Amino acid sequence: MGVSRMLRDPWSLAALFFATLVLVPVLVVMSSFLHPVQEVWQHLFEHVLVDLLWNTLWLVLGVGSGTLLLGVSLGWLTAVYDFPGRRILSWALLLPMAIPAYVFAFVFIGLFDFTGPVQGCLREVFGSSTWFPRIRSTGGVILVMSLALYPYVYLLARNAFATQGKRALEAAQSLGHSRFSGFFSVALPMARPWIAGGLMLVLMETLADFGTVSVFNYDTFTTAIYKTWFGMFSLDAASQLASLLVIIVFALLVLEQLSRSRMRYTQAGRHQENNRIALAGWAAWGASLYALLVLAIAFVMPLIQLVLWAYGVFGQDFDSRYFGFLHHTLLLAGIAAVLTAVGALLLAYAARRNPQGMTRHLVRVATIGYALPGTVLAVGIFVAVAWLDRNLLQLLQPLVAIEAGMLLQGSVVIMLVGYVVRFMAVGYNPVDSAMQRMPPSLDDVSRTLGVSQLTMLRRVHAPILRGGIVTAAILVFVDVMKEMPITLMTRPFGWDTLAVRIFEMTSEGEWERAALPAVTLVLAGLVPIIFLSRHGNQNE
Amino acid sequence: MNNKVLLELNNISQAYGDLRVVNHLTLRLDRGQIGCLLGPSGCGKTTVLRLIAGFERLTAGEIKLNGVEVATPAFSLPTEKRRIGMVFQDYALFPHLNVFENTAFGLHQLAKAERAQRAMEMLEVVGLADAAKKYPHELSGGQQQRVAVARALAPSPDLLLLDEPFSNLDSDLRERLSQEIREVLKSQNATAILVTHDQHEAFAMADEIGVMHEGVIQQWDTAYNLYHQPNSRFVADFVGKGVLIDGKVTEPSRVMTDLGGMACDLPSGVKVGEAVDILLRPDDIIHDDASELQAAVVHKAFQGADILYTLKLDTGRQVLSLVPSHHNHKLGEKIGIRLEIDHVIAFGKP
Amino acid sequence: MSKRFLAALLLTFAGISASHAADEVVVYSARAEQLIKPMFDAFTKETGIPVKFITDKEGPLMERLKAEGPNTPADVLLTVDAGNLWQAANEGLLKPVQSGVLDKNVPVHLKDPDNQWFGLSIRARTIVYNTKALKPADLSTYEDLANPKWKGKLCLRTSKKVYNQSLVAMMIAEKGEAETEKIVRGWVSNLATDVFPDDTKLMEAIAAGQCQVGIVNTYYYGRLLEKKPDLTLALFWPNQQTTGVHVNVSGAGVVKHAKNEKAAVRLLEWFTSEQGQKMFADLNMEYPANPAFKPDTVVAGWGSFKQNLINVAKAGELQAAAVRLMDRARYK
Repeated sequence: MGVSRMLRDPWSLAALFFATLVLVPVLVVMSSFLHPVQEVWQHLFEHVLVDLLWNTLWLVLGVGSGTLLLGVSLGWLTAVYDFPGRRILSWALLLPMAIPAYVFAFVFIGLFDFTGPVQGCLREVFGSSTWFPRIRSTGGVILVMSLALYPYVYLLARNAFATQGKRALEAAQSLGHSRFSGFFSVALPMARPWIAGGLMLVLMETLADFGTVSVFNYDTFTTAIYKTWFGMFSLDAASQLASLLVIIVFALLVLEQLSRSRMRYTQAGRHQENNRIALAGWAAWGASLYALLVLAIAFVMPLIQLVLWAYGVFGQDFDSRYFGFLHHTLLLAGIAAVLTAVGALLLAYAARRNPQGMTRHLVRVATIGYALPGTVLAVGIFVAVAWLDRNLLQLLQPLVAIEAGMLLQGSVVIMLVGYVVRFMAVGYNPVDSAMQRMPPSLDDVSRTLGVSQLTMLRRVHAPILRGGIVTAAILVFVDVMKEMPITLMTRPFGWDTLAVRIFEMTSEGEWERAALPAVTLVLAGLVPIIFLSRHGNQNE
Repeated sequence: MNNKVLLELNNISQAYGDLRVVNHLTLRLDRGQIGCLLGPSGCGKTTVLRLIAGFERLTAGEIKLNGVEVATPAFSLPTEKRRIGMVFQDYALFPHLNVFENTAFGLHQLAKAERAQRAMEMLEVVGLADAAKKYPHELSGGQQQRVAVARALAPSPDLLLLDEPFSNLDSDLRERLSQEIREVLKSQNATAILVTHDQHEAFAMADEIGVMHEGVIQQWDTAYNLYHQPNSRFVADFVGKGVLIDGKVTEPSRVMTDLGGMACDLPSGVKVGEAVDILLRPDDIIHDDASELQAAVVHKAFQGADILYTLKLDTGRQVLSLVPSHHNHKLGEKIGIRLEIDHVIAFGKP
Repeated sequence: MSKRFLAALLLTFAGISASHAADEVVVYSARAEQLIKPMFDAFTKETGIPVKFITDKEGPLMERLKAEGPNTPADVLLTVDAGNLWQAANEGLLKPVQSGVLDKNVPVHLKDPDNQWFGLSIRARTIVYNTKALKPADLSTYEDLANPKWKGKLCLRTSKKVYNQSLVAMMIAEKGEAETEKIVRGWVSNLATDVFPDDTKLMEAIAAGQCQVGIVNTYYYGRLLEKKPDLTLALFWPNQQTTGVHVNVSGAGVVKHAKNEKAAVRLLEWFTSEQGQKMFADLNMEYPANPAFKPDTVVAGWGSFKQNLINVAKAGELQAAAVRLMDRARYK
């Protein structure tokens, strides 16, 4: 599609708008290449880069396989089989999403490290705990991040399997494949866009993560970025490192897209009503036990620990301001979720209408914000907005009496822009996956009925995509609640949130006191997650 | 054990809770034969197919393939070990695989070269060798159908199951394809069971047809016999067109009707003097200008070579008559008709 | 007309929450809210000057100042270490302040030579040990912890923390890079286990016997002992015969484009006054920067010590070098 035609297509323009929104801060970050910082790079090459590339690779591979293993297996179990407790487990397994990964990491280390109660007990009983596996290790950080992030894969995989129905599997069985082999040769490949979408979110989150790896003191690309910035005072070198990260992720996204080539994932024909296969005997109890175990480790255990800590500091720290924190948190998360979901819908729709060329790439660009370490992105956003503000001021000052100060910077607008830029990927993936499920003929049918594009989006697509849109909005909601760097850097005076409280406490190493805002955050996050699962169940 | 018999269903039942879907059904199918279960939706025919495939569990009876027990209420051989092939109503082609890969899907036991050879061979048979690299969504409905058949036949299954295979196609294509597929099956010497609600499909494809109603097979027979010698009102009504008219038994094997008297085998238990229903097919009533018996044209349906007339006798009774289409009569016109029945079917009054 | 309308619309949309009240101080603080807000409240009560503030890490706060330039609402930048203050001054984000009160109250080694920033409280980074395993006589200096006799007995916090970067930077200032690197390599080879993400975990490991000795900031020790008084931990003041205990500061400077410089200076001065110093130190068990005032009794109970008198600005100047050195020594 030519550029001039693209400019005339309102959907491509919407995509262009969001892509620009994301691209500007990313370009600000990338503009660091204009300031070469050779001596820092030389140092990084000689002493740091090799190690941290390996570390990052292991982490990405580990967390990728870990979340795939957990997310896909649990998604498959809850979507296709019936076993005791399945109904509750199928939504409860989403709950770990409400616990920020770094909080989970801290709890995990608190419990299982040498000084924790578990090894303490072991020493009491056996006199030694040196045989206990090292917790602050590559394996430990992979385990914790996999347990914290698997819900992304689980949610999308479960939806895919549930809508796929049993038919494809039966076809495979009738062709001599066992259920097991049919799962790998048919069900899994057919769920690929969904699983890949979830996995992409996990990988981007893993690459950008700073909090969790810091708790484990596991050196990655991101920790090197911050060390270069905060330790060596070279934001330029840090931004250059971050830009490499963006380029890697972008390449991954494009590769995934290309490898799908002409394949489709929409099943021809109508879907069968989804009868679950009832498991019996040890298989049924095994399934329940497995799901329960994951839930217990990834959610119940950290929650109990947090509640215990929060209980200890409740009298000292709780005051009426908490209602303000909660109010700000919910308000910001709510607005950001709606804006991001709408943006994601426009993007996905633009990509559907113009599957080739520029628009498709613009859409990819618009989701890249998630791959940048939060604080680096926050700087990019802030610098861009401050520049805009300065120029607006120059424009406005002759016209209205206004003292030098801030326009956008002083308002929540910049926060919301920041959230949309950062979490577009989180919103886009579920909406796009849902979009792929709609047969293309639907558009033609609607067009022949003489309805306009907008009407079609509203009356035909939006209702069909409802599940995807709601999923997007709630994922973004929960992520914004947990978000720290953008919130810290762009909040107007007085706009403290629960995440800001967590930061205040953890920055001073007071993890127990951070438990109070953390528990409040988790509880507030449960509401939308339960809503999501309710909604999801209706959809099945 | 007679090794001509491939499939045996002995007294099988299946129920969801109190709802009996299949009710003590028994069926036998010989090697190389194409059988068909014909019936209205909800009669249990698809469930029978899924029981044979192994997707559902029996609640009573047994299923044997090649003389080997594959399913009882206590035991069910997994689908993939039954050596069956299945063509689904919606084809269930794998959207992420191209035509060739779909066809080769069931050949995973073979070496790569053999697999490719066999898959291409099957695609040749269904005339889609050129489309091997296309993805299912790039094919027409009829082409998808043929891929589904090629895929199911590729592993040379002992038994092919076809679940309403033509229902997604337009009627023209349906007729052509059903004959084509029959030829493909016969050329491969395949044994198959077809499930459909469409008698034309059944007639075109099957060697033997079972008419199913409420979970049982009412009659297992050839198409000719189902049409001309239905054993129940339901079969008479479901298969082919026709009307039932009142008759009265006047002698041990003779019945009197509005259209005159006729010889007839009586259903058991019916005595002289009792009332019966007589089945009249449209081809039992011949147009004959010379006939004294006249009836008025109430409705006519042009069918190309023939016209199906609905005629009203003076007594007010309506009958159907199939007439060569050059006999074009206007509505309301009175035409002469005559009975010409080889074998009169009578049912006792319910 | 339409331009004017557009402008009005934009302003409404943006909500001019940023407008700067005539008499108020705006603080960008890297010190956590719970450690700073009570002081702002006390300051406002005493002077009637309201304080508005936001908290964040130093890095983003400084980038924020840079991006805002002349439009910044901030008057004061407050940090928890000298290195970042040095960097802020280096980047031209602060302005020199002439104040007799500050000159008098803040010792020379705890402030910027150009008066761009001032240390407000002292944070001492010292040695902590397990009293069941060691006696004070076993310990002497930071450098001694590189001695192979401590193999498998030393615990350290990560080199990513600015406190360790400052400690090593100050050692570079005293001994030069080559010798400092030897010492850091010695530490690394003596480590009992992977470095810790924070001081508290480190002390717990020492108490649990995973190692015997480590280096921590004193207030973490105070906080931990307050919660778990039974821990067999004690502080040791190293280098008393030589250079003295490594100290850093939590401090502040006036922002270059401050709108309310007078009130900003007043806030800084108040911080160094008796009440300010008391609160600053006591809220977090730190030491007052103003030598005229004594620390809290618990803190005083840990004993007095000779502090290192090299200007803390060196910590900033040599911080990047320290980070590189620790990378070379594979101190994670």
